[in-house]
Amino acid sequence: MTDETPLARTPLHELHVALGARMVPFAGYDMPVQYPAGILTEHLHTRAQAGLFDVSHMGQAFLEGEDIARRFEALVPGDIAGLAEGAIRYTQFTDANGGILDDLMATRLSDDALFLVVNAGCKRQDFAHIAARLDDCRLVVLEDRALVALQGPKAAEVFARFAPEAAAMAFMTWRRLNVEGVELFVSRSGYTGEDGYEISIPGDKARAFVEKLLAQPEVKPIGLGARDSLRLEAGLCLYGHDIDATTSPIEAGLLWSIGKRRRAEGGFPGAARIQGEIAGAAARKRVGVLPDGKAPAREGTEIADADGRIIGKITSGGFSPSLQRPVAMGYVEAAFAKADTPVTLIVRGKPLPARVAAMPFTPHRYFRG
Amino acid sequence: MSKTYYTRDHEYLIVEGETAIVGITDYAQEQLGDVVFVELPEIGKKVTKGGEAAVVESVKAASEVYAPLDGEVVEVNTAIADDPSLVNQDAAGKGWFVKLRIADAKALDGLMDEAAYTAYLATLG
Repeated sequence: MTDETPLARTPLHELHVALGARMVPFAGYDMPVQYPAGILTEHLHTRAQAGLFDVSHMGQAFLEGEDIARRFEALVPGDIAGLAEGAIRYTQFTDANGGILDDLMATRLSDDALFLVVNAGCKRQDFAHIAARLDDCRLVVLEDRALVALQGPKAAEVFARFAPEAAAMAFMTWRRLNVEGVELFVSRSGYTGEDGYEISIPGDKARAFVEKLLAQPEVKPIGLGARDSLRLEAGLCLYGHDIDATTSPIEAGLLWSIGKRRRAEGGFPGAARIQGEIAGAAARKRVGVLPDGKAPAREGTEIADADGRIIGKITSGGFSPSLQRPVAMGYVEAAFAKADTPVTLIVRGKPLPARVAAMPFTPHRYFRG
Repeated sequence: MSKTYYTRDHEYLIVEGETAIVGITDYAQEQLGDVVFVELPEIGKKVTKGGEAAVVESVKAASEVYAPLDGEVVEVNTAIADDPSLVNQDAAGKGWFVKLRIADAKALDGLMDEAAYTAYLATLG
C-alpha cells in the first residue's frame, strides 16, 4: 500500500455504493463513474427522461462584500454587475496572460453578494485566488452542502412535484426554495445541454432528498461517465482538457460569455490579449470534429492538414450515444476552423479522414420560458 | 476437443488443434463497460506475444487486445466490428475477436486454465 491521501467522500457516497455504482477517484473524491445500467443507457436516459448526478465535489461559496458584483469583474471577463438579481453567468477566472484558471457559474444575489460554483479540481486555488484578490470580502465556502444536478426533458415536471415554484424559473436563474423544511439553492442550469436544475442541499438532508427524486419513475442515477459524454455532445468545455491556462476564452470559443461592456472596457486579467483576439487575432480556435469513420478520436489525437502538417489536437473525444458515431472537439489553426473543413486525425499512427463541425452536436434544449 | 486457456490480461483462447479463438473474458467486458468500437487486424497478420492484436473501445476509453502468444491471424470476427455490443452480450461466444494459427504449442504451457483463472479473478477482489 502507498500512503496516498485518502479520497474525500460526498454526502451521497453511501447511496452510490448502495446503488451498485462503480467508484473511481476523481479530483480527490471517490465518485461514481457509472451505475449498473452502464454509460450508454444512462446517457440516453438523460436525453429521454431525467438523470440525477452527484456533483457535490464541486466548490460552492457565497462571496459577500460592498459592491462585490462589480468588484468581482476584476477577476473574470463576464458581465456580473449587469446581471439581474438571481441571474447566473457562466464565466472564467483568467490570468494575466489571458489563460483560463478555471470556469465557473456566478450568480448575482445583490450588489453585495454572489453565489459561486467552481470546479472540484480547482476549488482550492480558486478560493485562494479570490481571497487574495478581494481580501476585504467575506468568502463563505459551503463545505457542508451537497450539489446534485437533475437534467433532462422530464426534469422540470419531476422537480415541480417537490418545488412547484421551480417550474417557471428561467434558464440561468437561481432561487432559494424551502422544500419540506429543507433550504435548497436551485439553479436552472446544467452541463448536459438539457433543461434541468442544479440543486444545493444541506449535506445531512441530501440522501433523503435524492432518494425521493430517484423514486420518481422518470429519474435514474447517472455517473461521471455519462456526464462526460453528455457535455461533449452539448459542445461544453471540460476544464483541464478543453480549456486551461494555455487557452484563452476567445480561442476556446467562449466570446459569447463576455458581455459587450466588458469587451469594450476590459478591466479583467489578460484583457490586452483577450481584447486583441476579439479584434480578430486568435491564432487557433476550439472546434467540433466529426471523424468520417467509426473509430473514436480520443484526447491528445493529433489533427493534420491534407499535407500531413500538424495543425492541432483533439482535447475531448469519444463515442456519441445519441448520434451513434464518434464525436470530438479540439483546437486547430484559425485557417482550418470553418465548419466542413476536411482534416486528418492521426489515430494509432493511422491517418483517418474527418471534418470540422459546428457544435453542439446535439441541440441544446434549455428552458427559455 | 477444444481446451480453453486464459491470460492475466483477461483474454481467453479456445484452442482446437493448431488454432486458437481469442477474445476478452466476461470480466474484461464488464470492466470495460459498453463497447462502442472494435478494430480488428488484417487476415494474415503475424502477431507476437504481448503485441497489439486488436483495439477495443468503450464510451470512456480505448484499450488494446494483446496477442496472447505468437501466431498468424487466420480469421477475424467482422460481426463485432459491425455490432460492438456483441462483445458485452456474449464475450465468450459471438463476441470473439480473432482466430490465430499458433506458432508454437509450447506457449500454451504458460497460460492459465479455467480453475487458475477463476482463482486469479478472486485475487482481484
